[in-house]
Amino acid sequence: MRKGSVLSAFFGVMRRDALSLWRRRADALNPIWFAAIVITLFPLALGPEAAKLARIAGGVIWVIVLLASLLSLDALFRADLEEGSLDLMLTSAQPLAVLAAAKILLHWLATGLPLVAITPIAATALGLSPKALPVLLTSLALGTPIISVIGACAAALTAGLRRAGMLLSLIVLPLVVPVLIFGAGAVEASLTGTSTTQPMLLLAAGLVASIALGPLVCAAALRLGNH
Amino acid sequence: MNAFLTWLTSFGSPEKFHRVALRFEPWLLGLAVATGVVGLYLGLVKGPADYLQGESARIMYIHIPAAWMSLFIYGFMAFAGFCALVWRFKVAELMAMAAAPIGAGFTAVTLITGSLWGRPTWGTYWVWDARLTSELVLLFLYFGVIGLYNAIEDPRKGARAASLLALIGLVNLPIIHFSVNWWNTLHQGNSINLFAGKSSIHPSMLWPLILMAFATKFWFGASLLARTRAALVEFESGKEWAQAVLFGPRRPQA
Repeated sequence: MRKGSVLSAFFGVMRRDALSLWRRRADALNPIWFAAIVITLFPLALGPEAAKLARIAGGVIWVIVLLASLLSLDALFRADLEEGSLDLMLTSAQPLAVLAAAKILLHWLATGLPLVAITPIAATALGLSPKALPVLLTSLALGTPIISVIGACAAALTAGLRRAGMLLSLIVLPLVVPVLIFGAGAVEASLTGTSTTQPMLLLAAGLVASIALGPLVCAAALRLGNH
Repeated sequence: MNAFLTWLTSFGSPEKFHRVALRFEPWLLGLAVATGVVGLYLGLVKGPADYLQGESARIMYIHIPAAWMSLFIYGFMAFAGFCALVWRFKVAELMAMAAAPIGAGFTAVTLITGSLWGRPTWGTYWVWDARLTSELVLLFLYFGVIGLYNAIEDPRKGARAASLLALIGLVNLPIIHFSVNWWNTLHQGNSINLFAGKSSIHPSMLWPLILMAFATKFWFGASLLARTRAALVEFESGKEWAQAVLFGPRRPQA
């Protein structure tokens, strides 16, 4: 890996983001706490009846993961914009899409992956059938990166705004409806004993498409804000 | 081709657009009112009531054209947004943003008339039917575009950002529609199939529907031109032509 190559820029951005995340590691855990608390709220609101909770566990976890992923999106480009490193990325000789891809990947590693990692605990707490757990984990592993990609595009569009939080949810949530439907649908299918192949393949297709196109759209959105 | 492009881009001049729009607007509005009045008369008064659903089915003369417009306008908005992003036409930016509230309005009309119709027919205001759900998501997509445009202070930047969002939404729209259909067949076996019963529609019902489809298109045209015009004048209020529009031609100083 030569210095100044595209790859070194990619990993350089990732390392920098990882480092700044580590320096604020208490903040980085916020999505996890959020998910844990919201999962606790569901039995409190719906009653502790195990059969009912087990029935809705898959859908509930999917919605919570979706909302928790949104929490950290707001800040994805904000800090870079404020301290000026976004300008450096925009004027960099390296393709902006590659740098955006690095930021998106790190966002997923820092938010999506930990959420997937705590899912077995949450699923057990809600009493999800053990045979549906692998399906839930796989669907989350395929779906959360798509959420990160779409979310990053929306974050790029709203980067310069002061109160972008609500707007970000308004933009992102309709766009990720298919991810939620196929993800929660796969879990539902495994519970009812039908094949999960179709929703899984559709999620995988969505993942491939968003990896291919997402960084380009994200880069275009970042450029728009900087004319 | 080149001459056509030159002709087309000449509308990129705000002043010329304003002049042409002002000339077309009353015509479009007149056509909208004329076709709308005839269509509604044929549909609501003259036409037959549905043999199965009775008088309540007449709401379709508003509901169906509005539903067509909700998608048509989204497509138009994304197309105008595309032109705005690629060629940076100021007029295209303003047109895309002028189209958004009209489209959201038609989407809301579709949802409201649909649920009013659903109450006597299905016995409930709302069911999580695939069509209803996609239409609702479409409304949220419109809200996202409008919200983003309004949130960004610089209107040109805002219009371009919202245009890109409209394009992302356009790509996503078929996927959302497909996924919602898929979800619906998964969750409920006996979904209400709206259109299964009327694959062949009687001419006495088809004509008012066609007229109303034209009426809504004309209305959209008129409303779009008026909104774009107003936005142009506001945006260019410092320019001489806009001053002339607002306060009349400037008299020579005595």
